Amino acid sequence: MRIERHPILGQLAEAREITLRVDGRVVKAREGEPIAAALAAAGIRVHRYTAKRSEARGILCAIGQCTDCAMIVNGMANVRTCITPVADGMVVETQRGVGRRSEM
Amino acid sequence: MSVVDVLVVGAGPAGLAAGIEVAKRGGRVCVVDRNLEPGGQLVKQIHKFFGSREHHAGVRGVDIAAQLLEEARALGVTLRLGWEVFAIRPGHAVDIVQAVADDATGSAGDAPTERFDARSVVLAAGAEENALQFEGWTLAGVMGAGAAQTLINVWRVRPGKRVLMVGAGNVGLIVTYQLLQAGVTVAAIIEAAPRIGGYGVHAAKIRRAGVPILTSHTILRAEGVECVEGAVVAQVDGTWCPIEGTERRFDVDVICVAVGLHPNTRLASLAGCRLVFSPALGGWVPLHNAFLETTVPGIYVAGDAAGIEEASTALEEGRLAGIAAYERLRDVDAEGHAEIAAIQRRLDDLRGGPFCGGIRAAKSALQTTGETPCPAT
Repeated sequence: MRIERHPILGQLAEAREITLRVDGRVVKAREGEPIAAALAAAGIRVHRYTAKRSEARGILCAIGQCTDCAMIVNGMANVRTCITPVADGMVVETQRGVGRRSEM
Repeated sequence: MSVVDVLVVGAGPAGLAAGIEVAKRGGRVCVVDRNLEPGGQLVKQIHKFFGSREHHAGVRGVDIAAQLLEEARALGVTLRLGWEVFAIRPGHAVDIVQAVADDATGSAGDAPTERFDARSVVLAAGAEENALQFEGWTLAGVMGAGAAQTLINVWRVRPGKRVLMVGAGNVGLIVTYQLLQAGVTVAAIIEAAPRIGGYGVHAAKIRRAGVPILTSHTILRAEGVECVEGAVVAQVDGTWCPIEGTERRFDVDVICVAVGLHPNTRLASLAGCRLVFSPALGGWVPLHNAFLETTVPGIYVAGDAAGIEEASTALEEGRLAGIAAYERLRDVDAEGHAEIAAIQRRLDDLRGGPFCGGIRAAKSALQTTGETPCPAT
């Protein structure tokens, strides 16, 4: 899903490859990119399930406004994955509901 | 607590321009933005701008952002990136909270907050994409056209394989073209109105690329369990009602919604600024005068947050709001007044184009109302 070559933006710049653990699965990421970018590149589209009806949610605004892409990151719930950059060894989990108290 | 002359919310074209004007006059200014990368939505505009040279015609938005940022940094504008404003209290005490943790490997805990004491505030928080409600509208894969644009042009990731674009205004047309440039297939653009809303030059490029533009069509539903697997559209009649028997299904995994923007008025509302409804400006807008001051003295608005327009008008409004917010118009000398008048003239020129619709009239009506001593909310 990565856009390696682009007619206006050119070749994708070099970036250090790091790894995340997403619901136990190892996902490669480019250093500096948002968590949501790494997930989209890996084909992961569901970020969380809503509290009342357990409906799936994915990226909606991609600029930190809507919180639809919130996930549990390193044990902390409600992290907006579209504005939070990846870090090597980061643990990302699909969020169910609004998160437990211990995750806030 | 930090003391500043002007606190600016948003580091897009309006906010950066405001920061630059304050810093030029020797003022202490801080620009707060929740994104780590400043520039607002200019950073995903990889097309060349139209208009006059004075307004960056022929320059790509992403390059305009870089120029603004360079100027702001050279002038000593303080940028607080990865932080966001959550309260504006009486007397312009502004509370900010860290939105993006410094150490992304950190663990759960309270996000740090800070308070600013500002003489005035410029709200340049931009716009939000309008939503469109239809069956399946919350499935993963239904996203704003602007979101898809961020994915392809900033993140360099495809949102999916095949897209249905809903809306043939300029955003729908431009993002469709950029999706094609990114190697994504666009099955069709649908538009509920009987005519394409955006520029003919953009629509022609799309058609040449082989993407059908179906006017008088609406989306009935998105199909899929958790993620989008398809979309069903139908033709609409003269009263916008779907015509039975005209349903068509598209095999798509992404549905982009490009049905307009509305001003981000959250902080203006929180601060007690009076809002007025202006369809030409995108919906609820903080009432403001010709100097962009809202009904709360010392709180100014600029850019899309003051009514949906273009990046070029956002830049000019940002400059104007920066000058007005810093000077508070008490101590403006003749030179300052001439500068303000020149910006107001340029804004009027920008709003005089054939595609600007009722924007000039709407702004003028708003600012005339805002000119009288603003009624309290």
